[in-house]
Amino acid sequence: MIGALGLALGVVLGIFLSPDVPFWLEPYLPIAVVAALDAVFGALRAFLDGIFDDKVFVISFVSNVLIAALIVYLGDQLGVGGQLSTGVIVVLGIRIFSNVAAIRRHLFHA
Amino acid sequence: MPEQEVPPEPSGRDRLIRALKTPYSRSQLSAAVLLGVLGFAAVVQVQANDQDDQYVGASQQDLIQLINSQALAQERVEDQINTLENARDALLNDTLASQTALDLARSQVAALGILTGIRPAVGPGVRVTVDGPPLSVGTQQLLTGIQELRSAGAEAMQINESVRIVGNSAISDGPGDSVIIDGTQVSAPFVIDAIGDPTALDKAVFFPEGFAEDVEAADGRVTVRKLDRVEINTTRTPTPPQYAEPVPEG
Repeated sequence: MIGALGLALGVVLGIFLSPDVPFWLEPYLPIAVVAALDAVFGALRAFLDGIFDDKVFVISFVSNVLIAALIVYLGDQLGVGGQLSTGVIVVLGIRIFSNVAAIRRHLFHA
Repeated sequence: MPEQEVPPEPSGRDRLIRALKTPYSRSQLSAAVLLGVLGFAAVVQVQANDQDDQYVGASQQDLIQLINSQALAQERVEDQINTLENARDALLNDTLASQTALDLARSQVAALGILTGIRPAVGPGVRVTVDGPPLSVGTQQLLTGIQELRSAGAEAMQINESVRIVGNSAISDGPGDSVIIDGTQVSAPFVIDAIGDPTALDKAVFFPEGFAEDVEAADGRVTVRKLDRVEINTTRTPTPPQYAEPVPEG
């Protein structure tokens, strides 16, 4: 219950504070958000599977975000930041879709 | 990360419903915190994206090109500014130059107008009255007087408030007691108005063996009144020179 509340609270805070993204964070934030989304959907699937563990969730969330940022940083340093970002987004997108498919099977048995 | 599948009892839907009904648990709290962070970051990113999505998709090359074209445009505009500023300066100079020329011409016109008698003149000076018995004062004395006043720096002169005396004025004897100055007959008493330094003009009249003595020798009488303001209202129309032509300058 309070998980949904937390999400709503974050959204509301973001809307009302609407902080400017610091310049150094600008390239990492979109990838980090997608990576976090992947972690959340993975966690939801694990929860529905009955194997949810909050420690695993926290670690996967944080590590997903950090690795995504690291990849973007590395890509920028190598001069292939744009392509690498696209690659990360594609991979994470595929994972999100497969997780959502599992969630769907759980919830709708379809 | 999802782990591997496990036996599906109880069903996922039941777990979800139960979790939504449970008000608090540690795992829910951590999930809530992370979801809050996610929501916050997502919203911030969306808003930042809205702010400037014009160049987000642009590749580095596009951006460089964009910057270059901006720099070129700026250069062009700066060139334009320079050109316009130069033009403005030139125009200002021109205006100034023509203004100066105009001022010069105006002061020349004023000076020449007084010198040639075209313009009325006003200023400090003297009023010289020459009187005497009939046939005593004539062309001779007047010529001397005008000459001496002129030498003493008289800038404008008139006689009897009827004739302006200028550089090429001519005096000749007229019928009886009168003289003819530039075709106009004037008769005694002669009143010469002269604009200049009053003291110098006064001295010039009473110079030893000068005008006054000359007139007195002819039984006439000269009086001089120094005035702060002498008005010379007579003018003459300039006659264009018939024979003389100005030598072209330069």
